Amino acid sequence: MLNTFVVYVENKPGVLNRVASLFRRRAFNIESLTVGHTDKPGVSRMTIVVDTDEQGALRAEANLYKLVNVLLVNNVTGGPAVMRDLAMIKVAATPETRSHLLQLVHVFRARVVDVAPESVIIEITGTEDKIDGLLEVLRPFGILEMVRTGRVAMSRGAKSAAAAVGGMAELAIPPEMRDDEDVSYSV
Amino acid sequence: MTKTGGEIIWECLVRQGVKHVFGYPGGAILPAYDAMTRYPIHHILVRHEQGATHMADGYARASGGVGVAIATSGPGATNMVTGIATAMMDSSPIVCITGQVGSKLIGYDAFQETDITGVTLPITKHNYLVTHADEVARTIREAFYIAASGRPGPVLIDITKDAQQSSCEFEWEAAAPQLPGYRPDLSPEPEDYDHALSLINTARRPVILAGHGVIISGAMHVLRSFAEKSGIPVAPTLLGLGCFPASHPLNLGMMGMHGEAWVNKAIQEADLLLAFGMRFDDRVTGNVKTYAPTAKKIHVEIDPAEINKNIKVDVGLVGDLRQVLQHLLPDVESVDRSEWRQYIDELKGDSAVRDIQNLPDDGHLYAAHVINDLWRETHGGALVVTDVGQHQMWEAQYYHHEQPRSLITSGGLGTMGFAVPAAIGAKFARPEAEVWAVVGDGGFQMTMAELATMVQEKIDIKIAIINNGYLGMVRQWQEFFYERRYAATPLLSPDFVKLAEAFGIRATAVSQRAHVVPTIREAREYRGPVLIDFQVEQEDTVYPMVPAGADLHNMIRRPSPIVETAQDV
Ligand SMILES: Cc1ncc(C[n+]2csc(CCOP(=O)(O)OP(=O)(O)O)c2C)c(N)n1
Ligand SMILES: [Mg+2]
Repeated sequence: MLNTFVVYVENKPGVLNRVASLFRRRAFNIESLTVGHTDKPGVSRMTIVVDTDEQGALRAEANLYKLVNVLLVNNVTGGPAVMRDLAMIKVAATPETRSHLLQLVHVFRARVVDVAPESVIIEITGTEDKIDGLLEVLRPFGILEMVRTGRVAMSRGAKSAAAAVGGMAELAIPPEMRDDEDVSYSV
Repeated sequence: MTKTGGEIIWECLVRQGVKHVFGYPGGAILPAYDAMTRYPIHHILVRHEQGATHMADGYARASGGVGVAIATSGPGATNMVTGIATAMMDSSPIVCITGQVGSKLIGYDAFQETDITGVTLPITKHNYLVTHADEVARTIREAFYIAASGRPGPVLIDITKDAQQSSCEFEWEAAAPQLPGYRPDLSPEPEDYDHALSLINTARRPVILAGHGVIISGAMHVLRSFAEKSGIPVAPTLLGLGCFPASHPLNLGMMGMHGEAWVNKAIQEADLLLAFGMRFDDRVTGNVKTYAPTAKKIHVEIDPAEINKNIKVDVGLVGDLRQVLQHLLPDVESVDRSEWRQYIDELKGDSAVRDIQNLPDDGHLYAAHVINDLWRETHGGALVVTDVGQHQMWEAQYYHHEQPRSLITSGGLGTMGFAVPAAIGAKFARPEAEVWAVVGDGGFQMTMAELATMVQEKIDIKIAIINNGYLGMVRQWQEFFYERRYAATPLLSPDFVKLAEAFGIRATAVSQRAHVVPTIREAREYRGPVLIDFQVEQEDTVYPMVPAGADLHNMIRRPSPIVETAQDV
């Protein structure tokens, strides 16, 4: 079963390696891993998708917390969350097929972001299922190249995971946050 | 005050309370070594960097503090890997400092450049690459804090040569740790306490499993009160030996692969296991599918990642063991559990008869005799450091430890070559202790170069080589599971007595039982290092044994001429 973790980490050299190495070391299979900045300086955010069972997910979470640079781990798999993947697909396009292609792009709410004499690049954002669906119908035209970002995820509602990481800026966990369950516990 | 990075290293070590550093110099760490002479730190020159890490480890385990090892880049750093992994598996707090090539050269395969932070990533609790002098102080402070707090472990700091050479303002106070993602101070939920207490107070056949965590958290005293108040018997793990007095009536003896048969049976029949600072290693559980099938399980453990890792438990109390036990103690009820303890006593059955100590003297010298005599002669008061193999298990079985930190052994990684250097480290930590290294003929030869370190440092350690002419534990597996095909286990050794003498160490060989005690006495009376080559029975076997992966209660027992003959009739 695919488990999706949102992980806040200190933005320090080698942190991505520590996280990736942990999954390798504990024999987990990473489906996808994306990382980028947050609105807080010094804090990065990862979305990690791992194929494992419930027990494995708990183990992954506990071990992530053991990394000193990990600030917060949220398993958003069960709860309400928005999950998105972005793909760019370069498809062969002749003057005869182009209009049919554009129709499909429209139906899938994708966009054409580049047009060349013999190809187009289509950009699509959505769930993996939706992107897989588009790929399926594009395949007969001839897919020349494709790139996907891998899943990014965010919990729905006003609750802000990032707020729990707020103590970061002060570079130490303030005493009043020490009992906050959402804050990292490495041992 | 302006200081070089190299000076800041020692300045910080001194402020951390470090008195001894085990190390070996080289190009990339030279600036630091050059600064060392100006600081009140005793540097012990080892003969191999692996030795430095085991010494730091032995130092940490003997003292309860942090051990420090230092080495150069490249080969110096990679030689530390085994010692770091050993410390990691046994939760031993050490700080390893390595030199690294200049920061401008990193990534260019410069002379003696090894990506040691990459190499040690999975075998350190945390590690650092430091490329600026002004990062040195904070990094060292963080490293000591991380190594010693929570579940302890090794931390490596790789410091580039230019970071050691360049200067910056040094201010200790300004370099406080900044670790927003590190929280070693967890405590259990109130409802989990309640749940645990109701299980404890209603259990009829409970057993306490006491691990290394009891010693690390200093919970010996409260564990004893807990056991005495509740009447619950205690079974230590290998690394838990000494956390509960061996002579205490509630001490059942060691559990696990080479534990006592009745202890394993008691665990299998228990209705409640109280796992205190232990991690259900496969060497103590046997087949996890059939492990303690009727028992509820309470796991008190500082590392949340251990809860439900190997064995699914009913209650996990995450926190410092001593604090958790102190919290539980007032509500633990005194229950009469004498019937259960008596039952366990009956489980002993013919164990005593099968014990090698009670077999008729056949004129041979057995390792168990040596260990037992050593225990008697030292009145159980020595600090014993063992290597890995059969002799390690015999030590655990026949040296009865009353005090915590009186046995130091590589449990999790099972690192041969550990004993001699770790004993040296232990002796520096506790100079007043009588330190014995109990080591196999195989493992001794892995790190015996450290005899020179002992002599150069004039330290008084007694070394007992249990010389059976084999890589005995491996031979034992071949005997049981590979039809006695002794592939690569017969071992030719040098004349250990002459070897020791070449180092300037007094030495004797013993091959008869009657000579064991007098030789041990002589060694104890002599002030200075002594090596004894105990030439023991070659094909003896450690009993009882749970074959790897077998059910915990299915142990291979020592055949006894007395028992077997009696049954024949
Ligand atoms: C570094 C290392 N290499 C290999 C092993 C595998 N091993 C475990 S016990 C053992 C035999 C040890 O022989 P010896 O030191 O003579 O001790 P004995 O078992 O004979 O008492 C070996 C090879 C190990 N534990 N560590
Ligand atoms: Mg041997």
